Amino acid sequence: MSNEWPLWEVFIRGQHGMSHRHVGSLHAPDAEMAIKNARDVYTRRNEGVSIWVVEAANIAASSPTEKGPLYDPSRSKVYRHPTFFDIPDEVGAM
Amino acid sequence: MYAQMIKSEGGKDPSEMTPEEVRFQARIDAGEKIEPKDWMPEGYRKTLIRQIGQHAHSEIVGQLPEGNWITRAPTLERKAILLAKVQDEAGHGLYLYCAAETLGVSRDDLTEQLLSGRMKYSSIFNYPTLTWADVGAVGWLVDGAAIMNQVPLQRTSYGPYSRAMIRICKEESFHQRQGFDIMMKMAQGTPEQKRMAQDALNRFWYPSLMMFGPSDAESVHSAQNMAWKIKINTNDELRQKFVDQTVPQAEYLGLTVPDPDLKWNEERGHYDFSEPDWTEFFDVLNGNGPCNNERMEARQEAWADGQWVRDGLMAHAAKKRARKMAAE
Ligand SMILES: [Fe+2]
Ligand SMILES: [Fe+2]
Repeated sequence: MSNEWPLWEVFIRGQHGMSHRHVGSLHAPDAEMAIKNARDVYTRRNEGVSIWVVEAANIAASSPTEKGPLYDPSRSKVYRHPTFFDIPDEVGAM
Repeated sequence: MYAQMIKSEGGKDPSEMTPEEVRFQARIDAGEKIEPKDWMPEGYRKTLIRQIGQHAHSEIVGQLPEGNWITRAPTLERKAILLAKVQDEAGHGLYLYCAAETLGVSRDDLTEQLLSGRMKYSSIFNYPTLTWADVGAVGWLVDGAAIMNQVPLQRTSYGPYSRAMIRICKEESFHQRQGFDIMMKMAQGTPEQKRMAQDALNRFWYPSLMMFGPSDAESVHSAQNMAWKIKINTNDELRQKFVDQTVPQAEYLGLTVPDPDLKWNEERGHYDFSEPDWTEFFDVLNGNGPCNNERMEARQEAWADGQWVRDGLMAHAAKKRARKMAAE
């Protein structure tokens, strides 16, 4: 039972002009087969126009325990949003 | 269901919970999704592997009764449709295996547990598909029952499982409709065809009701799994919903549900119906159904016959990598 095919993460571009989005994963011996399998598993109903595959072992991810230090600081920086600034109506669209 | 009688690993009284467990339960109660790298109780992880694994095995083994008719479908169009349906089920198995793998179990390990009989699949797939009408009944009733369970599971607390369920539900209604379409054709066909449709309903009715599992209103396992939101409704709730939905469809077909005690209960606003034979259910679950051996043998054979392909492609990939490295 050893010698298991590695796991690949699959990203699909749904339509022209959109970014690729993670849709799921699958096992395959190499990238070429991973793309072929992804086509069969994830695009049977015109779900995509382009496929990326990345071996799961090559993905680095942030850790859930770092949630606070990573994302909390941006909460207080409300001035980064356009709605922070009141522009008088007379000025028109901005 | 596709996952029947899932024993829960939890069942702790809130007063015995560790602070981590209390926080975890609060996240679930708040409707947050649990993701693979988040902290989770060992019992939650183990129960989910059992449930998602059994669900995945059911999708895979579930291809066999219908696959039986691919080569003998009555028209080329029916054959193409059935092929597409069965291919979808292979996909459902894959989505679910991948969801289970995020909990730290390997695909090969899950396969091994199915093949050695340590993990189960749904009892329904141990019944034979004897005629073409059975293919209709399976799509209509079996996929119909599966949908009852899978739709609420889209809201399950475990992110990867929920996402797999959303994909699956999108594909599932085609399955039920193609089955009903076959039943309509048969029921409106020659007297002989209509007899076949009735016979298929007769044989699949009670096994379909069994899919939801015995009543679990009193079960502690069920209560824990519902607290964890890996089970959303009780078995009885889903079974009732299924009966209420299916009986008018059978009437439309002009077929008779094989239950003399079936009748509309105005007061409850639901149909009253007979329970399936639960002795039969446990018997099938314990390996004594009409097709248990055949199903297991087919899976074992497929796994053994595929060994050289899996090994060969790995060897080819390694060779290609080595060649590329030498050229660089
Ligand atoms: Fe399915
Ligand atoms: Fe299905």
